[in-house]
Amino acid sequence: MTNYSKQLQHHEPSSGHEHIKIGLAGNPNVGKTTLFNHLTGLHQHVGNWPGKTVEKAEGHLKHGKYTIDIVDLPGNYALSAHSIEEIVSRDFIVDESSDVIVNVLDANNLERNLYLTTQMMELGANLVIAINMNKFAKKRGYRIDMEKLSILLGIPVVEIEARDDVGREELLKAVENAKKNPIDGSKKLVYGTEIQDHLLKLQNIVEEDESLLDTPPSWTAIKLLENDEVVKEKVEKSIIKDKVLKEVEKLNKHFHDVFNESSEEVIANNRYAFIDGLLNEVVTRPEVEAPTITEKIDKIVINRILGLPIFLIIMWLIFQVTFAIGTPLQEPFEYIFSIGGDLVPKILGENIYSSFIVDGLINGVGGVLVFIPLIFLMFLMISVLEDSGYLARAAFVMDRVMHKFVGLHGKSFIPMILGFGCGVPGVMATRTMEHERDRILTMLLIPFMSCTARLPIYTLFVGAFFTAYQGEVIFSLYFLGVIVAIIVATILKRVLFKGITTPFVMELPTYKLPSLKGVLIHTWEKTYGFIRKAGTIILATSIIIWLLSSFPAGVEYGSHESVIGQIGNVATPIFAPLGFGYWQPTVALIFGIVAKEVIVSTFSSLFGVVEDGSGIGLALQGIFTPLTAFAFLVFVLLYVPCFSFLATVKKESNSWKWPLILLSVTIITAYTTSFIVYHLGLLIGFH
Amino acid sequence: MKKEEFNTTKSLNELKTGEEGTIVSYNDNGEMKLKRHLLGMGFVKGAKIKLEKVAPLGDPIKLKIKGYSISLRKNEAKNIEVGVN
Repeated sequence: MTNYSKQLQHHEPSSGHEHIKIGLAGNPNVGKTTLFNHLTGLHQHVGNWPGKTVEKAEGHLKHGKYTIDIVDLPGNYALSAHSIEEIVSRDFIVDESSDVIVNVLDANNLERNLYLTTQMMELGANLVIAINMNKFAKKRGYRIDMEKLSILLGIPVVEIEARDDVGREELLKAVENAKKNPIDGSKKLVYGTEIQDHLLKLQNIVEEDESLLDTPPSWTAIKLLENDEVVKEKVEKSIIKDKVLKEVEKLNKHFHDVFNESSEEVIANNRYAFIDGLLNEVVTRPEVEAPTITEKIDKIVINRILGLPIFLIIMWLIFQVTFAIGTPLQEPFEYIFSIGGDLVPKILGENIYSSFIVDGLINGVGGVLVFIPLIFLMFLMISVLEDSGYLARAAFVMDRVMHKFVGLHGKSFIPMILGFGCGVPGVMATRTMEHERDRILTMLLIPFMSCTARLPIYTLFVGAFFTAYQGEVIFSLYFLGVIVAIIVATILKRVLFKGITTPFVMELPTYKLPSLKGVLIHTWEKTYGFIRKAGTIILATSIIIWLLSSFPAGVEYGSHESVIGQIGNVATPIFAPLGFGYWQPTVALIFGIVAKEVIVSTFSSLFGVVEDGSGIGLALQGIFTPLTAFAFLVFVLLYVPCFSFLATVKKESNSWKWPLILLSVTIITAYTTSFIVYHLGLLIGFH
Repeated sequence: MKKEEFNTTKSLNELKTGEEGTIVSYNDNGEMKLKRHLLGMGFVKGAKIKLEKVAPLGDPIKLKIKGYSISLRKNEAKNIEVGVN
């Protein structure tokens, strides 16, 4: 809540036990989240802002007689109305019952960091400034007069180091003081004379309507000149709308005539001029700046020749660690569940209850838990890459490729690569992207990267049909997946994401040694989030599949006579144009939606043969030809990855819309491609 | 900062590696959203800007402005005019 709106309310009666609610605000990469982790430790939880896909981290700590509730706001460069993250922060400052906003600044980058500060001052926030990374700045020869900065801004300024206890006490004291003696930042901010008078005039007009006064009128005036959609919408409803908009129009024209610039530029210029004036008084920099460590590292890491090889080696490492270490770690989980699967029928006997526990519950819970090693390791490494500053470089190196071929951001490369291992961690890795549309489009393309769970199916089929060309056939599938992804991306860009390209405006932050605590907290939060949210959906669907496979009562599990077998029977003609219109592959494909691994075991149980033996190959040769087998593999490659994937997309996009679109896009793509492959094959003379 | 104060002006994407210029104008070409974003990132008139590096595949570019590094694609940088002495 801004002081401005607070002044309009009555004072709340104070009780003995005191709560202070603070928001942590600041640019990305300033150590805001490090400070948050350091202050709250494990007393935090991560959710979403109501109705938004933006992550909200909340935590608390006890300090003396106070309980301090902390909200980690999204990292912002500005507070305009043009991204959800910025609106979230702005609304928090204006609406929520927050007492103090702690603005974290990087001592090495005050100029740009203060741009956000000026905007929070405009908004009348009750600010405390915490300047971080002073050690590094001092080493570079920067001298910052904190006291003078505090006096000139009229805001308390504290020197901190977010990763240890330096300045912790001072910061908490300053917060408690700020709660007792709130200040209104908007009063301290003075822009250049050439705009100040004009702003004042507009402000006076705004003040005529009380309904516009829940935010400082000076802020409303600035935002109107900045053409801010949210503020404009609010003014549209006001009784003095015509008068206000007429004045805005007049000022826009005036600025254009005098400065030959838009009002937005004039205001940005004035904010930076204010900051320049401030820093001239407060900061002394060395005459010649020695190259920083970051500059030295970047000389190698984004070097013309070395940049790509270094990137590829790091990708290879992520992939290796996630899957080479993660896959064996999955085994104990699988082992426990297989023991459970053996034990339950022995105790309860072979009946509907034991079947429910084994085929429904254990499969469902197991389906969630086997992913944990992969997700944990992948997030561990992504967190290290992100916190160290390399992730931005990876995006910088790969942007050309991603932009040219799929119209995506450089950052989408990592999720795609992970997709070759498992799509679920791939989808979760899309979090590193700032723009929702990039995240969604990447999620829609990951299924076409052939994941490891599909490999057993390929192996089974090439063994039975393509003994002479095993490697070539499997490679052709991987390759086809990538080509299809590029084509689908081109189509989706035209249909769903019309005319949208995300600019590649990205800060390349200084390299930092990631903190163990931060990385572990981050990794745990993500893993736990997966278990909790995606897990529920996976369990529920497993139970539904069990019901469909077990009824009507008395049928063999998943057999021709069960509901799912009947569905398979009815759906069979759909696959006739693809060359494999038989009920067994149809049922296998339906089960394959649950998880790809299930396809092989479904075949073996439908044919009544053991999974590993050659019997299954012979049985397959009974209904497939080499051509229809390949068409089937193409379908397996491209259609719905698995329930866990859909559940993760639901969780990450925070809506059912995208998993449903994904379902349709993958099925349509699989059907079309498989159809083309089959009929081209027939034309060439295969059968 | 006026254009006349510089020997030459060119588009930001035409700077050579290591070359520094001063922003003299920014034609948004209808991409108001990008411009607004960049204004906040310090791309205001009179700001000094240096091309630090070009990505291995020729695009995007790494720039230094207001004491920090930022990357832009070349076609996003081409609407920004810089003065060079």
